[in-house]
Amino acid sequence: MLFNEPHPLETRVLTRRFGKPDTAAIEGYLADDGYQGFLKAAKMTPEQIIEQVKISNLRGRGGAGFPTGMKWSFVPRTSPKPKYIVVNGDESEPGTCKDRVLIENDPHQLIEGVLIAGLAVDAHAGYVYIRGEYRYLIDVMDKAIAEAYAKGWLGKNIQGTGFDFDLYTHTGAGAYECGEESALLESLEGKRGIPRIRPPFPAVAGAFQCPTILNNVETFCAVPYILREGGQAFADLGIPKAGGTKMTCLTGHVNRPGVYELKLGFPVKQMIEEVGGGMRNGKKLKAFIPGGSSCPVLTASELEGANMDYDSMAARKTMLGSGGVIIMDEDTCMVKAALRIMRFYAHESCGWCIPCREGTTWLKKILTRFHEGQGTRTDINLIGDIAKNMLGRTFCPLGDAAAMPTISIVEKFRDEFEDHLNGKPCAYEPAGVVTV
Amino acid sequence: MADLVNLTIDGRAVQVPPQTLVIDAAKTVGIEIPAFCYYEGLSLQAACRMCLVEVEKMPKMMTACTLPVAEGMIVRTETEQVKQARKYTLEFLLTNHPLDCPVCDKGGECELQDMVFRYGAGESRYTEEKVHTPEKQFSPVVFFDAPRCILCFRCVRICNEGMGVNALGVINRGVVSEIAPNVGDHLECDECGACIDICPVGALTSGTYRYQTRPWEMTHVGTICTHCGDGCKTTLGTRNDEIIRGNNRDRSGINGEFLCIKGRYAFDFYNHPERLQAPMVRVNGKLEEVSWAQALEVVARKFDATVSANGSFGVIGSNHTSNEENFYLQKFAREVLKTNNIDHHRTGDVVTLLDAMSGTKSQLATVADLYDRKAVLVLGADLALEHPLLSYQIRANYRHHQAHVYAITPGEVREDKYTVASIRVGGGPASKKGDLGVIPGKEVGATTSGPGSHPVGGPGVVPNAEAGAHFDPVNGPGKATGSPTGFVVPANVKSITGNYFDALESLRDQLKAEPELVILFDDSIKGADVRALVEFAESLGIPVKFICLVDYANSRGAVDMGLTPELFPGYKPTGASGMHVSEMTGSDLDVLWVVGANPLKGAVKRKAGFLVVQDMFLTETAQQADVVLPAASAYEKSGTVTNTTGEVQQLTRAVNTMGAKPDLEIMGFIAREMGVAGQLGPWVANVVFEEIRKNVRGYSLPMPVIATGGAAQSMPVNGRIAVDDLSALVHSDHNGLFASGTLGRYSKVLNSVLESHLSR
Repeated sequence: MLFNEPHPLETRVLTRRFGKPDTAAIEGYLADDGYQGFLKAAKMTPEQIIEQVKISNLRGRGGAGFPTGMKWSFVPRTSPKPKYIVVNGDESEPGTCKDRVLIENDPHQLIEGVLIAGLAVDAHAGYVYIRGEYRYLIDVMDKAIAEAYAKGWLGKNIQGTGFDFDLYTHTGAGAYECGEESALLESLEGKRGIPRIRPPFPAVAGAFQCPTILNNVETFCAVPYILREGGQAFADLGIPKAGGTKMTCLTGHVNRPGVYELKLGFPVKQMIEEVGGGMRNGKKLKAFIPGGSSCPVLTASELEGANMDYDSMAARKTMLGSGGVIIMDEDTCMVKAALRIMRFYAHESCGWCIPCREGTTWLKKILTRFHEGQGTRTDINLIGDIAKNMLGRTFCPLGDAAAMPTISIVEKFRDEFEDHLNGKPCAYEPAGVVTV
Repeated sequence: MADLVNLTIDGRAVQVPPQTLVIDAAKTVGIEIPAFCYYEGLSLQAACRMCLVEVEKMPKMMTACTLPVAEGMIVRTETEQVKQARKYTLEFLLTNHPLDCPVCDKGGECELQDMVFRYGAGESRYTEEKVHTPEKQFSPVVFFDAPRCILCFRCVRICNEGMGVNALGVINRGVVSEIAPNVGDHLECDECGACIDICPVGALTSGTYRYQTRPWEMTHVGTICTHCGDGCKTTLGTRNDEIIRGNNRDRSGINGEFLCIKGRYAFDFYNHPERLQAPMVRVNGKLEEVSWAQALEVVARKFDATVSANGSFGVIGSNHTSNEENFYLQKFAREVLKTNNIDHHRTGDVVTLLDAMSGTKSQLATVADLYDRKAVLVLGADLALEHPLLSYQIRANYRHHQAHVYAITPGEVREDKYTVASIRVGGGPASKKGDLGVIPGKEVGATTSGPGSHPVGGPGVVPNAEAGAHFDPVNGPGKATGSPTGFVVPANVKSITGNYFDALESLRDQLKAEPELVILFDDSIKGADVRALVEFAESLGIPVKFICLVDYANSRGAVDMGLTPELFPGYKPTGASGMHVSEMTGSDLDVLWVVGANPLKGAVKRKAGFLVVQDMFLTETAQQADVVLPAASAYEKSGTVTNTTGEVQQLTRAVNTMGAKPDLEIMGFIAREMGVAGQLGPWVANVVFEEIRKNVRGYSLPMPVIATGGAAQSMPVNGRIAVDDLSALVHSDHNGLFASGTLGRYSKVLNSVLESHLSR
């Protein structure tokens, strides 16, 4: 089982079964309050279910943080078309590794969340879209789905509630873009994974042009608790406007990297020092990415008084994002960090729109040259300028995701770029060596 | 209209209908919002980001190509932010564009050039290495140079949505994304070349045009394609008396910018090495080249002698020659040669249709009707192969207006992808192929695609709001059922053992509920069947329009101009008897005069005492002639032709071929040689057309429309046409996309594409 040792400061709601025997199997799940949230929801009206989700202040855990209850309420329940539930398990944001542990350790929690969403919008079919690189999770998920069918938690007339639901797994082919909801839907439909024009939004015209609820794995996993314990109990775990806990992936230069479930609003400093066990080798913190590589980076000084929640991060002009925290110590070359990030986006740009397609590759080429000591002073401005010309002009947020960290790194760590000028070797590694 | 939307663009008040896109609204007041990927009529992409504009109260710039207008909206297209965005988007585009304009075919008419000139930066800040991939040849007519491609996806869309072929797609991602053909490294498609014309840059280039010339060195001549009966306008680019290319980028004519492989490439028969360039006379059993004067004299003397001796004449006219030539020919035959033995190869039963329609409310449809009528019914024909323009119009109608399309055909047709109902009937000519225009036995896409999945061309576009309702997540699109072949048969297609009328009856209730209908039928329906069809249409109680499908560029005009023994021009019965084609070829007439036709082929051998043939090539018929007179092609003469819907359009001379003369001129010279020129009048196309306008029923057409390159539909004859039912003579050649009767054999392009061999 893939999970790290839990930490006492965690609030274990989604992960509470982790480490207990058999939790990935339906017996273990049923023995531990499994599917109780669904049974409770089955006795409620769709409005009541959505109301509980609204009360819980659950916000989308994929990165955008859109209120889940509101999203569900946009689905036209009375539409004659079939409705679908789609689980976004295309976890590809660099630094993020939470959905995989949720699926691997407790897949039935996800199935239960999907069933409850099905009840809420009168959907009878759902898809779990799993990232192409997570091959092994398909087996995990397929096994759980088979168990659920065998025990009557999926299929016709589930547990005598009269509710029918079919759930399928679907795999991506390894494209970051397919984590964007509309590109995911295109991919699910068997087409090229490129984003769609919105509106219409998936709630109205999603999978196969039918009303669709599309949420992150973690979002669905939070739903059983909300129904079982009540929306208020979940809301109370977090802070106003953002209920519950957040799966936080602590990566980078800390002593105890891992996935931790922390209450929303958890202080960043405490997270690094206590949960993460402090900086590795006692080094100083240089840069901090709060929620995956798409977020603008923060410097150590900007982290004063910061908490892991949507508003605190927004106040610092960055985002809570997917919870993929990346911590970089004083030995990190920020030019190389920018290059590594841009290599990812240049590789993952889907090629649909011009600024992202051409801009990411251009930036990658400049940054590569720069890190090799072939940069010029005008390049520094050019890097920022190209990124700014991508920002807000691309079709989907991938372009923004590439531009934002780049702009912040160039602005906040300009001196490191200056240090690379005139053929000077990178202060952090041998000259000319680019190991990214 | 009261419900117009008011908005302001760059300070100018604009009023447009609701749902208009901002980019189109701007055009109405002469404001250009630049775009690459936006293309009128195709699905929206928002991929190129050139059309970003500022809209008041919107936090970010919006793409004008996807933004519908709203009341009170304030749009700004010339602010610093917008200009900046355009400039840098172009800079992004040029980073990997090779900038090989001096050797690029598109140079001079390239949209990227124009955009950079107007909106771009003077110099580039890009100093890195460009992405390069070698040029590829997709087919004999389509070449692809990936580095030039700006990925606007127009080609992908025109092929999928416009042509219904779906032969192009995208492979790879990011900066190495590339347009790719449907079958491995090559195309198996209609080879129409629409992708090349729609390409804003020089990425897709034409196999016949590439490296031939620069666009500004050509003269552009708008004329009518001489192949099928649809009558597409094709604009020929000529230089030094040579046709270099054909296209219709100016969207003039009934076909807009549509052209199939024939209209775009198959002009090339005109300079085929076997083209006749000197008259020939049979001397000692061998055809020998002689001068025009000698040849004309031989013909005139023979005609004179036969007339004086009261000998027998037979005249066989053409489906390709102009109305003027046909009119002049029948006049020549009837007035000078005093014979009623005049006929041509009849390819559709127009006569019975016009007769059956008289006195009813039914009308004749135009090509434009197929685009905006609410419902269309196709009988018999595989339109995508035989009448590509009509098929294109119906597809566009479905895409844009969700028209209800019905098809009753013997085999699978491309229309099946979106019909309300397709019925396979047991009857029908055996020559019909069951494929989708490409390769028999190879099911191309459509079989697995039901109405649920078809029209979505790009992200987010939902032409048919109800599309998703048909989807069954278990069985795939459409409420599909397994077929014995293993292919999924879409729910809208069914087979019956009965005939066309059984099928029609089964659709009666559905058709009755349509507000209006256009019915197209080919030679599967003729004679009494046509009458029954008109009766059926009348019984529906809705407005019905008809199209009688005919084969060639002027098949309809040949009937209109009286190239039949039973009818004078304008469908006036002659009341006299005369021989038909097979009777003429089968009897030993004193003189048989064949103008632009090839009746003496296969088992049919010459029996006439003297045979005069006017043709472009030494066809089987010409090989048996006593005198062969080299004729000009449609691209080398003026005149008018009438297409399958009865629309009259003007031919314009594009080039000259040395030695060949237009048929009208040849006939005029024969008349002069015989001393009857005064009686027949001048052999000048517009003079003859004036005579047609005055004398032929239905042809008093507005000259300004025709003379300016427009199309005017000839009026249907109102009144019965009291002639015997000769529908047994009607048979269509059912030429597919890569064949065009005798003419098609001489087109290098038609014979060079893979599909022409695979589909034979």
